[in-house]
Amino acid sequence: MSIFEYNGSALVAMVGKNCFAIASDRRLGVQLQTIATDFQRISKIHDRLFLGLSGLATDAQTLYQKLVFRHKLYQLREERDMKPETFASLVSALLYEKRFGPFFCQPVIAGLGDDDKPFICTMDSIGAKELAKDFVVAGTASESLYGACESMFKENMEPEELFETVSQALLSSVDRDCLSGWGGHVYVVTPTEVKERILKGRMD
Amino acid sequence: MECVFGLVGNGFAIVAADTSAVHSILVHKSNEDKIMVLDSHKLVAASGESGDRVQFTEYIQKNVALYQFRNGIPLTTAAAANFTRGELATALRKNPYFVNILLAGYDKETGPSLYYIDYIATLHKVDKGAFGYGSYFCLSLMDRHYHSGMTVDEAIALVDKCIMEIRSRLVVAPPNFVIKIVDKDGAREYAWRESVKDTAVPAA
Repeated sequence: MSIFEYNGSALVAMVGKNCFAIASDRRLGVQLQTIATDFQRISKIHDRLFLGLSGLATDAQTLYQKLVFRHKLYQLREERDMKPETFASLVSALLYEKRFGPFFCQPVIAGLGDDDKPFICTMDSIGAKELAKDFVVAGTASESLYGACESMFKENMEPEELFETVSQALLSSVDRDCLSGWGGHVYVVTPTEVKERILKGRMD
Repeated sequence: MECVFGLVGNGFAIVAADTSAVHSILVHKSNEDKIMVLDSHKLVAASGESGDRVQFTEYIQKNVALYQFRNGIPLTTAAAANFTRGELATALRKNPYFVNILLAGYDKETGPSLYYIDYIATLHKVDKGAFGYGSYFCLSLMDRHYHSGMTVDEAIALVDKCIMEIRSRLVVAPPNFVIKIVDKDGAREYAWRESVKDTAVPAA
């Protein structure tokens, strides 16, 4: 079994009209066994920037701590929050530093840029950035997620419709993957507010 | 195979561990205490390679005590759990410890808590957790019978159910178990469940 499939994960981020949504599943497993059904994969870096980390949970936790540390230092020096593009470059650099002994994670970064323009990107475990205008996916359910998002995505969705789309795409994809699921966690971020919602899906 | 499990009740947390020290087909002793009292209000139930288990838990215990000496106040359970995870994560890519840990503690402000820390340094706060082959039985039993806010008697009844199940269904079932509890009055041994007693050694 691949080390990326040890804990199981599913992550998706989607762009809407002046907003974005980032969603994850909630399962923490150890191969076939489910340990917890309330695992947080998405973390807030600042009010307009969210980071999701799929893959090996221990590396996701270590990487998150390193990134929060670097961002806090940046905030102290620059007296402002990091732009999403800058943060993506930081994550990419940190991952490539460990090129020959990598972190077994695939990050998904979603944020609102200076002019409230949503920014999403993902990268592989050694920091190869993949910028997208519509959606990005990661995790053990990524192939199902690609299909679901491609068919359900529309341009310029309002926050409520975006939430519905992301939720349906996530739930239908994790239902085809035994290593992810047990509900969903969706953040819909607009320039004025962050709405966090828990989804109840098939609890298996 | 080593079995360690635990759960959180109403104002207390309980952990149980088997007490056999095994080397391949030989049982060295059947009253090995695998639950260490970390400080006045914390318990560490550890399973895994015996040398690593003892060395690592003693290392954590001494560092937790050092913090208390230096700073005059004890660490919270969450802080101790994160420190333990940090040590495991740092050692992971150099000289890993093959120890799985359930850290139970009681804090005045936040009440009882239980932390699942895997040997590859995955940390998660849980209400019930288990390690080893016994976990295949215990986790399901606890899923069925556990509810939040259990009394000590209810929790002990559940622990006993788990021990009975392990004894009857696991092929190399450990015969003896130790149960320890932590609540506002501190961390202490609650009971032993012995089905095989060592014969008394006659005095010289």
